[in-house]
Amino acid sequence: MHTKTAAAFILLVCLPGISQAALNVFTCEPEWAALVKELGDDEINIYSATTSTQDPHHIQARPSLIAKARRADLLICTGAELEAGWLPLLLRKAGNAAIQPGQPGFFMTADYVDMLEVPTTLDRSLGDIHASGNPHIHLDPNNIIRVANALTQRLIELNESGSKRYQKNQEQFIKRWQQAMAGWSERAASLRGQDIVMHHNTWPYLSHWLGMNAVATLEPIPGVPPASSHLARLEKRLNHDDVAMIIHADYVNERSAQWLSSKTGIPIVSLPASVNFQQGETLMQFYETIIDALMASGE
Amino acid sequence: MNITIIRAGLVCVLVFTTSAVFATDEETLTHQLEEYEKRLDMLERHVSEQQPISPYKTGNEFNPAISVIIDGVYASYENNPDNYVLPGYSLGGESELAKEGFSLGHSEIIMSSNIDDKFFGQFSLALAEHNDEVEVELEEAFFETLALGHGMTIRGGRFYSGIGYLNQQHEHTWDFHDAPLIYRGIFGNQYFDDGVRATYVAPTDLYVELGLEAFAGGKYPAGGDHSNVGVWTGFVNFGGDLGISHSWQAGLSYLTADDIEREHGSHVHTGVAEIPLFEGDSTIAGVNMIYKWAPSGNSIEQNFKLQFEYFSRDEKGSLILLNSSPLEVSSLNSEQDGWYLQGIWQFDRNWRTGIRYDMLDSDNLGSDAAVLDEAGLVKNGHTPTRSSIMAEWLPSNFSRFRLQYNRDDSYQDTDNQIFLQYTFSMGAHGAHAY
Repeated sequence: MHTKTAAAFILLVCLPGISQAALNVFTCEPEWAALVKELGDDEINIYSATTSTQDPHHIQARPSLIAKARRADLLICTGAELEAGWLPLLLRKAGNAAIQPGQPGFFMTADYVDMLEVPTTLDRSLGDIHASGNPHIHLDPNNIIRVANALTQRLIELNESGSKRYQKNQEQFIKRWQQAMAGWSERAASLRGQDIVMHHNTWPYLSHWLGMNAVATLEPIPGVPPASSHLARLEKRLNHDDVAMIIHADYVNERSAQWLSSKTGIPIVSLPASVNFQQGETLMQFYETIIDALMASGE
Repeated sequence: MNITIIRAGLVCVLVFTTSAVFATDEETLTHQLEEYEKRLDMLERHVSEQQPISPYKTGNEFNPAISVIIDGVYASYENNPDNYVLPGYSLGGESELAKEGFSLGHSEIIMSSNIDDKFFGQFSLALAEHNDEVEVELEEAFFETLALGHGMTIRGGRFYSGIGYLNQQHEHTWDFHDAPLIYRGIFGNQYFDDGVRATYVAPTDLYVELGLEAFAGGKYPAGGDHSNVGVWTGFVNFGGDLGISHSWQAGLSYLTADDIEREHGSHVHTGVAEIPLFEGDSTIAGVNMIYKWAPSGNSIEQNFKLQFEYFSRDEKGSLILLNSSPLEVSSLNSEQDGWYLQGIWQFDRNWRTGIRYDMLDSDNLGSDAAVLDEAGLVKNGHTPTRSSIMAEWLPSNFSRFRLQYNRDDSYQDTDNQIFLQYTFSMGAHGAHAY
């Protein structure tokens, strides 16, 4: 009897929390939250499981995430094993049939782009590598277009009545995006051909797009923090004059980058790894920030 | 790549054609252009629809995710671990201490996979050595629904019960080498059994999970044959975030088992072992609270976890000393409860440290005090407690070395225990459960 009373009480308390929106969207990373916001409209309820200062590799299937995934109509994640440590568990615990693999509510952005750094050998001694390739695909603006197109189709599939709005938003966004891209490429033209060092291999899509050469990473292998011996070897190996900058994500511990910078005089460029969606930043502003930071160091 | 070549070729042809028909009017040209575009589109579609030429498949592409856990320990005790007792608790299950010196712990093989679009399956084997014999234990073999929706999930087969917080977690994911004393005392470390579970997650921002389980009741701390359901459990878990850096979970759980026939660890009296057998009913109620902190929700470099669990168990029935002559029998009315509190702090990407405190109490009554004493149910005014401290080195996500010290006051003679443990995980990436 007590259990019944308790259950009734719980339902009563939580009822106001049950909201009604056209689509509840759950994204694993903030960049996809920012993108779906461009394509959708106010009738889309967006929740991002992570912020730009969290490493999407290392998240737990927290109770709050399960509660959000339980009510989602559409799940947008990167895929390519980026969320392998928590997404499968989240999907199993949420009891939500609509967002299971194979359903229209399950959307993996990595399925729509060409992956870089697809390993030919899979061995854990090579670090935390991804069989499908490097998952940080949102750092090439061309990929944003590819994902935007596929995502628009998916939104229409899930909510036919919104198809006109989604298509209009898509057209406008792509147009603005392409204009912005042309501007960024022009501004960053001087970066083409420059050598850079990365902290973690977060940035290959960015360097690929801008034509920069990643000559080394501070992490000896992906996911393994830089050891002093590796840094010392790196310091000897690098041709100091040719390397333009050390790039690292602003939420990562800066110690190793600072050490190498102090030894070599190579400037550090600290970049946000993703969109600060929770504070209202847009994809466009995020890319502006990145280009600004890269150019500021070049001057 | 092919398309680019074709496209280049077509443009070339187009340019050639254009120059050749320089005189024709614009309309024809536009028409031709459209024609080519159409053909190009068709070609592109054709290419994209073409299945890649598949190499010969050997049939192992759909293998389940497999992880193998290798676990071992070096244990050092001041007292003889074979004499371990927990006054007020009759031990059973896997409650014995690790062998002194080097030994293998629980090596595990865990396989899991989506079976189809509707079911997920998991299978796990534990291999452990008891008295120089390797015992294989089937810990889990269950299916779980994926597609019921509405927050509902049904699981069936053999699995760890959802009561408590730690009970569901595989031993290799625990933060200490050994189970909390209350788990050792009432569950024989962990409770799993054959049965079904239904869970429901409410459609609310606050995480609310309700669960109900029915088990055969053949496994410790239940036991005996039951024609239908031997054990019922129910649990409710709540949880959420407090800002971006804090999260919590709290749960209540309840277990009831009737008509138990359960044997406990044996006391050897010259030759034949006298084995305490409990016959009766048991109920367990528990509460657990978990709090976690990670700066900005980024747990990789630093995080903190506070974990508290309390259980109480009431048992009524009779206690029989098997192999005693004449057969010694006592009535039993037992109340046992205990708790532990632990805090784990990861202060560096590769280092964690933690402390834990355990305390148990009991009040066991029976018609024959000598029988209760024989079964270890007399506490003699002693309150079992234990203090533990540990430090872990984590070279990567897949390897861990742990040094742990216990000041163990489980029984009257204080024992100082040291464990040096290694745990390696090979293969599939294990999920990060909360």
